[in-house]
Amino acid sequence: MKLKKHQECTDKIATVVFTSLGYLNIVFVAVICLYLVVSGIPAIGKIGFVDFIFGTKWASTSTVPSFGILPFILTSIYGTLGAILIGLPLGFFCSVYLAKFAPLKIKQFVESTVDLLAGIPSVVFGFIGMLVLVPGIQSIFDVPDGSSLLAAILVLSIMILPSIIKVSIGSIEAVPNEYELGSLALGANKVETVYKVVVPAARRGIGVAVVLGVGRAIGEAMAVMMVAGNVANMPGLFESVRFLTTAVASEMSYSAGLQRQALFSIALVLFVFIMVINALLNLVLKERGKKK
Amino acid sequence: MKFNKSLMSVICGCAIGLSSAANAGSVITDGSTSMEKVMGILIESFEGNGIDVTYNPTGSGSGISAVQAGRADIGLSSRALKDQEKQTLVGTDIAYDGIVLVVNKANPLSDITSEQVKDLYTGKIQNWKEVGGADAPVVLIGREAGSGTRDGFESVTGTKDACKYRQELTSTGDVITTVSQNANALGYASLSAVNDSIKVLSFNGVVASEESVLDKSYKLQRPFVFVTPKDKALSQDAQTFVDYALSAEAKPLIVKAGVVPAAK
Repeated sequence: MKLKKHQECTDKIATVVFTSLGYLNIVFVAVICLYLVVSGIPAIGKIGFVDFIFGTKWASTSTVPSFGILPFILTSIYGTLGAILIGLPLGFFCSVYLAKFAPLKIKQFVESTVDLLAGIPSVVFGFIGMLVLVPGIQSIFDVPDGSSLLAAILVLSIMILPSIIKVSIGSIEAVPNEYELGSLALGANKVETVYKVVVPAARRGIGVAVVLGVGRAIGEAMAVMMVAGNVANMPGLFESVRFLTTAVASEMSYSAGLQRQALFSIALVLFVFIMVINALLNLVLKERGKKK
Repeated sequence: MKFNKSLMSVICGCAIGLSSAANAGSVITDGSTSMEKVMGILIESFEGNGIDVTYNPTGSGSGISAVQAGRADIGLSSRALKDQEKQTLVGTDIAYDGIVLVVNKANPLSDITSEQVKDLYTGKIQNWKEVGGADAPVVLIGREAGSGTRDGFESVTGTKDACKYRQELTSTGDVITTVSQNANALGYASLSAVNDSIKVLSFNGVVASEESVLDKSYKLQRPFVFVTPKDKALSQDAQTFVDYALSAEAKPLIVKAGVVPAAK
């Protein structure tokens, strides 16, 4: 009798604790959203929505300040697109090779190096980019200075590789063996099986990998700050550019007044971007699922 | 089980005891990246008083807002305080530092005039050959908008809001590294931070040194300022550190860091 009461009590306490911790998570997200919206809206109101989002000049500390963030928005978009263009095919084919074609020893070795790559802090990537990539771009392309959008794209694509590879490998390996065996039994060869049966079955997981990669690329501040030049120009492949993230990071510490509120608005724009990208990708994945 | 629990509590007790002993007295300084060498030498020689002084290199503008917000005891600024800041803050000059123009070692130039600096940084002159260098485009390196070094440079050369930078970096050290790696780069940095990896240009014929900064013949200079709140008194430990920095025994150390002490 005593044992049952004791167990019920522990059960109740555990339920309450776990439920409240779960709700706490939601509270955190809600508080962050709310804070961003509340701090970001005033500046957009003062500066004017069109002037803020579509203005092409950002000069927050000059005597007549202007707060147009179009250069940052376009730079972040181009930078993320460029990183995905390079990183996604590389990561995808690498993960297919490791999951399906590689001998066990090579697979273990490469997986541990990918794990190592995932653990390297962004500052180190930025540092290596500054010392190797920037002078390299300067000499290979014969431009006056190597810090540019291209350097940032290259650094970002290397940074998103580990997350794409690891998640893709996981989802490809999670496809039931029966699919592969069935396809081989019907006469398809290994490559046909992998690309026409296994990969489409792992589509959801690979989509998650892409979302993770995009999320990391668009949110990266430290590494790109060291290689991109940080001047608020409209983006060009060899131009010195500033991302949404570096715009906030480089001015936050000493900003005051309207400038500080404008930086919160930039953070809000960034947040909206990430939500839109997530929603879009989820939509695309759902639709492809429905078509089947 | 029992043994483990008592062992854990002993270890935790020791850890707490040791950490509280280490927090005898602490002074937090925050601000200018150009003041790194000076702060490094002062803090090192100040050790042994039981007062723990920390230095955060975040930039002059950021140091001033840190003091205003109460996050730091002493703010470090490599420019004089603005009128608006003087309403709530007090600045104490501890040293004077020259801002030097630096170029890559491969650059043939050795002197630069204020006219040339103004034309180069506003984009009027875009090729090195117009000032006597190689036939190559000029790559302008500067600091971020809150930097004391940038403020000092732009106010003396008269290029405020008009500089066309190729890169805006966040510390004096970064400027030196970037210039040392690019043969066509031109940048400005604190005199106390220069090393052998780059070439220092003389300004209007005057070579930057402690003497030329002291007798004001080297025009491109700015004060190193300890920024403290106007209405709130400094903590005992912070006041001790400030007095030490202004004392006679700190003078040779400040000179060793490459700047001119303000104390007479």
